[in-house]
Amino acid sequence: MIQTRSLTFNYPGAAPLQFADLDAAQGALVLLSGPSGCGKSTWLALVAALVVPASGTLNVAGQDLTRLQRARADAWRAHAIGFLPQKLHLSSALTVEQNLGMAQWAAAEPEDRTRIHATLNQLGIADLAARKPAQLSGGQAQRVALARAVLLQPKIILADEPTASLDDASAHSALTLLLDTAQRLQATLVIATHDNRVATLIASSARAADCIALKLMQPAQLAQPAQEIRA
Amino acid sequence: MKTIALSWRYLWSRPLNAALNVLLLSLGLASITFLLLVSFQLSRAFDKDLQGIDVVVGAKGSPMQLILCGVFHIDVPTGNIPLKALATLKAHPLVQSVIPISLGDNLRGFRIVGTSHDYIPHYQATLAQGADWNAPMQVVAGATVARKLGLQLGMQFAGSHGLGNGGHLHGDTLYTVVGILAPSDTVLDRLLVTDTASVWKVHEDYSAQTAEDRATMEAEREITLALVQYKTPLAAMSFPRYINTSTQMQAAAPAVEISRLLNMLGVGTDVLRAFAGVLLLTAGLSVFIALWNAVRERRADLALFRMLGATPAKIVSLLLGEALWLGLLSAILGVAGGQGLTLLIGWMLQLDNSLLIGGIAWPSELWLVPLLACGVSLAAALLPALGAYRVSVLELLQDR
Repeated sequence: MIQTRSLTFNYPGAAPLQFADLDAAQGALVLLSGPSGCGKSTWLALVAALVVPASGTLNVAGQDLTRLQRARADAWRAHAIGFLPQKLHLSSALTVEQNLGMAQWAAAEPEDRTRIHATLNQLGIADLAARKPAQLSGGQAQRVALARAVLLQPKIILADEPTASLDDASAHSALTLLLDTAQRLQATLVIATHDNRVATLIASSARAADCIALKLMQPAQLAQPAQEIRA
Repeated sequence: MKTIALSWRYLWSRPLNAALNVLLLSLGLASITFLLLVSFQLSRAFDKDLQGIDVVVGAKGSPMQLILCGVFHIDVPTGNIPLKALATLKAHPLVQSVIPISLGDNLRGFRIVGTSHDYIPHYQATLAQGADWNAPMQVVAGATVARKLGLQLGMQFAGSHGLGNGGHLHGDTLYTVVGILAPSDTVLDRLLVTDTASVWKVHEDYSAQTAEDRATMEAEREITLALVQYKTPLAAMSFPRYINTSTQMQAAAPAVEISRLLNMLGVGTDVLRAFAGVLLLTAGLSVFIALWNAVRERRADLALFRMLGATPAKIVSLLLGEALWLGLLSAILGVAGGQGLTLLIGWMLQLDNSLLIGGIAWPSELWLVPLLACGVSLAAALLPALGAYRVSVLELLQDR
């Protein structure tokens, strides 16, 4: 479902980023980790067809992204990728229901309130539909953001630091919800994080066996032997 | 959800900001609406009241005063001219027709105009009730006068001396209302029209002590002025000069005087126009700042919409939608405000019966106002929209 080979990306005036290869099947769980500046964001942007790789091949949800026309990338992303950002960015001017409607608006889909309510229901927050983001607790807000990400039933869910700034108990429940939701949708879940608790929590979960760890490295460290980096 | 509905919600997510911008824009637009309406209504009033009057002949004095008095009935006369002059004018080979006008009395501020039977047909006015006069001291009332004073056929009244309210009452000689005109949207609406002889009769009855006095006064009968229509436009070259140099009277051409008047008003309207322009510019800047801040504050939100699959064009349309809402709301409020202000001014002018403007009008130039509103707000939105177009999703991802 996500397959990358010899993927590189160049920022002007910086050392080129090289990414380890990945083969993740439909429904797989990918843990994307590495120190800051190693290119986690860039990798997410590549998979979401927001930027084009300098070289290598990139197949996501059955689409060769190196051949995807830029004009079609937005429409493709709207349906293939569900995105859970670190900062949730729920629009404060809109209710929960309308925030979910934004996903349909962005995807140029007709408004479908039945679907919005079904999704809210599945995440156990149907009663929050009419609230504004300011009236939500942190945990509720994260559920709303997840509902927005999965509204159009994407094949891939990208979660960016889903546990950052959460206490242990909240991190656990947030992660459990994320894993369950991805499994229910049979979606490939990529969790980008530098939070060590995530790996620990996954290791003790039922998904431990099929978790693929994708570790990214600092560009400057690439020249050095791999062992030294792990040490 | 439709983009335009979303724009509306985003606009009002900062209600104070949005309200202030709408207010600023509407003030500028209201000033422009007011200017357009006043100049439209003035020129319409001028055109209607001046139709078929090529030159006004009266006593020497200010030519503009003569026009304002004789045609629009909003100024006092320059003096009188002898009745004999009327015959001279009528006999002139370049003159098609002459309508005499005699002023002197009023009824509660509405002028009683002594004239000939040609005056009412000249403005194509028709009688709503009653008939034209067929003897002195019979009066045909204009539509506005009749409505405001509650005049009805057969009613009798005494005129007051002078042209303003509150002069000496000519109690001995009563006028009788014999006709009421239908509204004609001309100066006739606010006049009481009677025979020239009525005006003489009132004043001779009032002033003459003896039969000898009366005979003298009859010999020296005067009118106030005469409205003259030429046989040929070429008469404009020679006729006024003939009157001004060869007689004790003056001839004033309405076209010349009105353009002079508009020129004098022009300074005022230029100031107002500049003021409206500054207001609009300020409003445009304010809209620009508001949208610029909106893009800056919502940069991450906009980036998220991109992540959700929205095209850059869609993001831009969201912002332009906000600008359009601002323009549309302000256009509605501005036009309503301008119309209201014109109505108010019209109502105030009506109080001293010198109504030239007033009433709701929609000249075609007024379509300029909504166009201007949308133009200003869209122009103000251009740079912010460019900023929104360039929002990078990478920033959102790297926003740690």
